[in-house]
Amino acid sequence: MYRLPLGQWVNQGVEWTLNNFGNAFDTFTKSVTNITDSLRQGLGLVPWFLIIIIFALLAWRAKGWRLALGTSVGLFIIYNLELWSPFLDTLILVLIASLVSLIIGIPLGILAARSDRFHKILSPVLDFMQTMPSFVYLIPALMFFNLGTVSAVFATVIFSMPPVIRLTDLGIRQVPADLVEVGEAFGSSSSQMLWKIQLPLALPTIMAGINQTMMLSLSMVVISAMIGAQGLGAGVLAGISQMDIGKGFEYGLAVVILAMILDRLSQGVVRNSRAAIKKS
Amino acid sequence: MGIKIEVKNLIKVFSSQPQKALHLLDKGLSKEHILAETGLNIGVNNVSFTVNEGEVFVVMGLSGSGKSTILRCLNRLIEPSSGSVIIDGVDITKLKSQELRQVRQKKLAMVFQQFALLPHRTVLQNTVYGLEVHGVSKEEREKRALESLAMVGLAGWENSYPDELSGGMKQRVGLARALTNNPDILLMDEAFSALDPLIREEMQDELLNLQQKMNKTIVFITHDLNEALKIGDRIAFIRDGSLVQIGTPEEIIGKPADDYVAKFARGVDRSKILTLKDVMKRPQPIVQLRDGPHVALRIMKEHGISSVFVVDRAKHLQGLITADLALEAVQAGTVSLHDVKLLEVPTHNETVLVQDIFPVIAESKVPLAVIDEEQRLIGIIVRGSVLAGLADTGGDPKDVSSTTGTMG
Repeated sequence: MYRLPLGQWVNQGVEWTLNNFGNAFDTFTKSVTNITDSLRQGLGLVPWFLIIIIFALLAWRAKGWRLALGTSVGLFIIYNLELWSPFLDTLILVLIASLVSLIIGIPLGILAARSDRFHKILSPVLDFMQTMPSFVYLIPALMFFNLGTVSAVFATVIFSMPPVIRLTDLGIRQVPADLVEVGEAFGSSSSQMLWKIQLPLALPTIMAGINQTMMLSLSMVVISAMIGAQGLGAGVLAGISQMDIGKGFEYGLAVVILAMILDRLSQGVVRNSRAAIKKS
Repeated sequence: MGIKIEVKNLIKVFSSQPQKALHLLDKGLSKEHILAETGLNIGVNNVSFTVNEGEVFVVMGLSGSGKSTILRCLNRLIEPSSGSVIIDGVDITKLKSQELRQVRQKKLAMVFQQFALLPHRTVLQNTVYGLEVHGVSKEEREKRALESLAMVGLAGWENSYPDELSGGMKQRVGLARALTNNPDILLMDEAFSALDPLIREEMQDELLNLQQKMNKTIVFITHDLNEALKIGDRIAFIRDGSLVQIGTPEEIIGKPADDYVAKFARGVDRSKILTLKDVMKRPQPIVQLRDGPHVALRIMKEHGISSVFVVDRAKHLQGLITADLALEAVQAGTVSLHDVKLLEVPTHNETVLVQDIFPVIAESKVPLAVIDEEQRLIGIIVRGSVLAGLADTGGDPKDVSSTTGTMG
């Protein structure tokens, strides 16, 4: 029986893209690397205790003094284990990848909410992005953007974008029909409807999507150490390859601490936005 | 009084491809037949009516009858499948979306059943919404919003959030939000149905009060006939998407077009709509001022009563003469009632609602005198006539005992 040469097609497609757009990819990679590097260097100049204080303040505003205390203790443990530099690497990667995911994902979610057709086209694409084993797109990322930060961000964005798209879509679709009718009955334009009614009311759901996206970003950033991303993931990877369980545990613990801080912080923001939208 | 809204042959088929159903309707097939044959549901079936300027026009029907669909066709929240909706001479079914938005911003404002206040906005921010999307300056729109909030009795609440308000207050905000746009037409979709009965009555009174000052054209949807009768200048009855009857409250109760309307009419608390004119008896017997006490006594004896009303030639009520007074006059040799000191009796205008003077009727030992606008005695009320008026269904009397009115 004829076997569909699917894998071959993919290889040819990647090759063709590289041959024709390789230079463009290189330029893109270099400039993005420059930006992330300088951001990382800038962050490196900030004293470690100041960063802890900033996080503690954010935690205090998002949820209260308990979270602020926990955050400070957690970050101090990371500093004490001498993992501050890889911690900052990972933090920068997570923030950049999340930001890119949100910048692309939220508008896509809005489009999907407003057009049933786009919603139908997008759904299988999102399924694909979420269920395709993430290692599979580490490889083309590597080929397009070389070893390093940009590949890591690319793979991370692909992996972590679906939740924010889905939940933005869902949040807008869940806005009560009579409130949408209010918007229409008073003659709102499409953008007035979006900004004055749909987005404010969908905000808690969108915030939940942002939280999910950040969590997925973190997990992928750790995995993307395999394609040369710096940070805590690289340490975990080194621990595994050197059979150094203690080292792996220390780096792993730092990942867990970062994950908990990011999760509690963004959940606090979700709750605050829920409270802001008073349910009538 | 000009025509404000004219709805002609409005049809709504719930389908993205209504053509087939429209075609079958044209052929004269019934709604049920079309549903069975094509699976297409006809929500509004060839409805036509006009609403006059300054009128409160009530569309009345059970849930699912299509009344809310009709209302939403007026501002095209629901697109009519065929027919026209002409507002101030402009067929709004033909407008492009930009023009339609203009009409919605300027001419039509809507009040919703579940209040539909935006939970993330304060009362003031909710109230300014219409003007805000219209692009009116913040200062101006807040000034006008505060005015309408004051008008509905919510001054001082502008910085509260909807969840801090009771149901009645929420709907006042809904009303204020609609009024702030200063629209010609208010569309009210079961606006008071979600409120407690007492608050509902209060809001109805409030609406009537406001309407006296503002003189808007109001299209009001309800499933409550008491409400329809109370606030409607005219009422349109809708059943299964079709118009059954249009008429004044009087016509709806007095001459229901079919059993459907009659069934509703029986459920009405009649004391709320009956005026004295509806329950009074002809002023018989009465005596003229020129008659003497002998005549008065004879009439009382003839009818087995102990007092009788006295009128002048123009039928203006002069007072009441009792048998005792008449006897005294006879003994004193008086020949004309002109010279007799008659008992003064309170009079009641014919337009007074029966329910408003129940206590008076119950306590009065003599019949009540009912007068018209020219102060003429046009009827009398005795306790029995009120009961008879309340019991009268206006329809087939045989139905009275067998069915009680059911309301949705």
